Amino acid sequence: MNGLLPILIATLVAGTPLVYAALGELVTERSGVLNLGVEGMMLVGAIAAFAVAYHTGSVPLAVLAGAAAGIGMALLFGLLAISFKANQVAAGLALAIFGGGLSSYLGKSYVGMALVIPQSQLSAAAADIPVLGALLGPLHPLVWLSWLVFAAIAWFLYRSRAGLVLRAVGESPSAAHAIGYPVIRIRYAATAFGGAMAGIAGAYVSVIYTALWTEGLVAGRGWIAVALVVFATWRPERCILGAYLFGGVTTAQLFAQGAGVAVPSELMSALPYLATVLVLVLISRDETLIRLNLPASLGKPFDAEG
Amino acid sequence: MPLRLERRPQPSTAMVYAAPLIAVGATVIVALVIFAAAGHAPLDALVMFVTGPVQDRYGVGEWLLKATPLILIAVGLTVGFRAGVWNVGAEGQLILGVIASGWLALKFGPGGSPLLLPAMIVAGGLAGAAWAAIPALLRTRFNANEILVSLMFNYVAQLWLSWLVFGMWRDPAGFNFPQSEPLAPAALYPIILEDTRLNIGLWIALAAVLAGWVLLSRSYIGFQLKVTGLSDAAARYAGFSTRRAVWLGMLAGGLTAGIAGVGEIAGPLGQIFPTASPGYGYAAIIVAFLGRLHPIGIVFSGLLLSLLYLSGDTAQMSLGLPSSITGLFQGMMLFFLLAADVLIFYRIRRRPAAAPAAAPVASATIAEAAP
Repeated sequence: MNGLLPILIATLVAGTPLVYAALGELVTERSGVLNLGVEGMMLVGAIAAFAVAYHTGSVPLAVLAGAAAGIGMALLFGLLAISFKANQVAAGLALAIFGGGLSSYLGKSYVGMALVIPQSQLSAAAADIPVLGALLGPLHPLVWLSWLVFAAIAWFLYRSRAGLVLRAVGESPSAAHAIGYPVIRIRYAATAFGGAMAGIAGAYVSVIYTALWTEGLVAGRGWIAVALVVFATWRPERCILGAYLFGGVTTAQLFAQGAGVAVPSELMSALPYLATVLVLVLISRDETLIRLNLPASLGKPFDAEG
Repeated sequence: MPLRLERRPQPSTAMVYAAPLIAVGATVIVALVIFAAAGHAPLDALVMFVTGPVQDRYGVGEWLLKATPLILIAVGLTVGFRAGVWNVGAEGQLILGVIASGWLALKFGPGGSPLLLPAMIVAGGLAGAAWAAIPALLRTRFNANEILVSLMFNYVAQLWLSWLVFGMWRDPAGFNFPQSEPLAPAALYPIILEDTRLNIGLWIALAAVLAGWVLLSRSYIGFQLKVTGLSDAAARYAGFSTRRAVWLGMLAGGLTAGIAGVGEIAGPLGQIFPTASPGYGYAAIIVAFLGRLHPIGIVFSGLLLSLLYLSGDTAQMSLGLPSSITGLFQGMMLFFLLAADVLIFYRIRRRPAAAPAAAPVASATIAEAAP
């Protein structure tokens, strides 16, 4: 068990940004909005959080800044894709490219800088809990929080009335509109939630996971998160498992390098991307499975005037 | 909100052409604000930003040189975009062009054969197309989303090139820098304008523009692609194959991106670095859309975005702004373009005060009843 614990912890640590980003995108897509710009939202969230952490030293403030930046980006996307009814694929790509440009512009003066984040007091306290302490202690509270967020989303989608309305909007916006639900407002809210989650994911990467800033720090995690939502067939419980699966792939790569496995490090680094392609192929080949679970209005703009 | 969107009876052709101008105008306004915030006289800074890079013959050469890969790739991507095939993997396909042609150049460069350059171009184009064939195959065979797959392969290609340049291709005399030895003269594009770095890559890009125009505007295939892009169902009803559109769209983008990669190492770079392109593969997506998915339009938008690349350096040297301002403006321009595109199908009307937004129940059911 003792030998496995570090691997388990590393897997949870590496999977956490994907948990946040993919669960956020899942909620957005469940409302019928396809936001491919997760990478851009994560990048802007990451630099906003990094800057705040650098100047204030406060992790909670940094995470809030990341979430706020993610929401700002998501609302820009919403303006295009929801209000202006732009092609959602194009708008998502635009958001990803814009986020890349904005984050490297804002982050110019932070390149190569590192944060010194002391261990969270909460984690230190948790380390004293018998049995579980060995697992919880080394993890940042943001990792625990992601489990709460997961439980809340699962409850919201399947057990709450509001979640039912959200899913109805994603399945048939015209029917939801006809009963009197504000489709546009609900889609904005779901998009903003996805942005907040992507922003937190970015904050986790820049402040907790790497604690330093480089250009393009997120390195495709936003795109992997979008792929995870497909892989999870739009279900939160499969989403979190998928995220940890990828955390495991990343971890395996680190441990293999550490153990001196004679494989080029570049090949190991390519594994998460190749794994993404593999799981996409595995899940997409079953067209019925996708069609049964895909929110029916995903990617289609809604126009009350018809 | 006092304003609302009202669907036009017919899409506005004028707005199709006006939208890129609106997007550029809006970006200029933001640029003025950024310049003013940085403590410059905004208009002077703008003039400096736009004209600074092209003051002399060398500058004009650089302008056309950087426009070359953008135009070339954007023409190829347009073939796919017209049919609704989203190849966002041009960056990786460009890198594959670098890897294939770089291998030839390093192996056969010293021989000095006149056949080397043509072979590099062919190999680079084929390698780019082969890289694009992976997402095409996975999409047509397994229904896997080509956006995500082609994007993942950008990262894989980048790691592959790094592995080569940090490893077996590293110049032993290069002071341990991650770079190949300089390519032999036989592996370099001839210069076409004296005292500049402008090379025959420009002719290749212009040939691609011509070929793209013939394919898209003058051929039956071009018509089929357009129908597929407008309506998948209509295309299937007419017997046009979506599968073929995916293949054609992906391969065209991969081919041009691969050739653009050849142009980088055989042109301005002259040797192989781990970073082969400053994001040309992504910028070309913007070039294609800003050029309205039309080869002639792409020439103009390619020139605009290439100027933006050069202006980034000007901004850094003369205005004290980071050169990454280029990426910011690029992204912004695409954003504004998509926003302006709403005016093709809708017009902005003041919401009449008397007609409240309520009572959606009746109107919606009527709207649903009349498709």
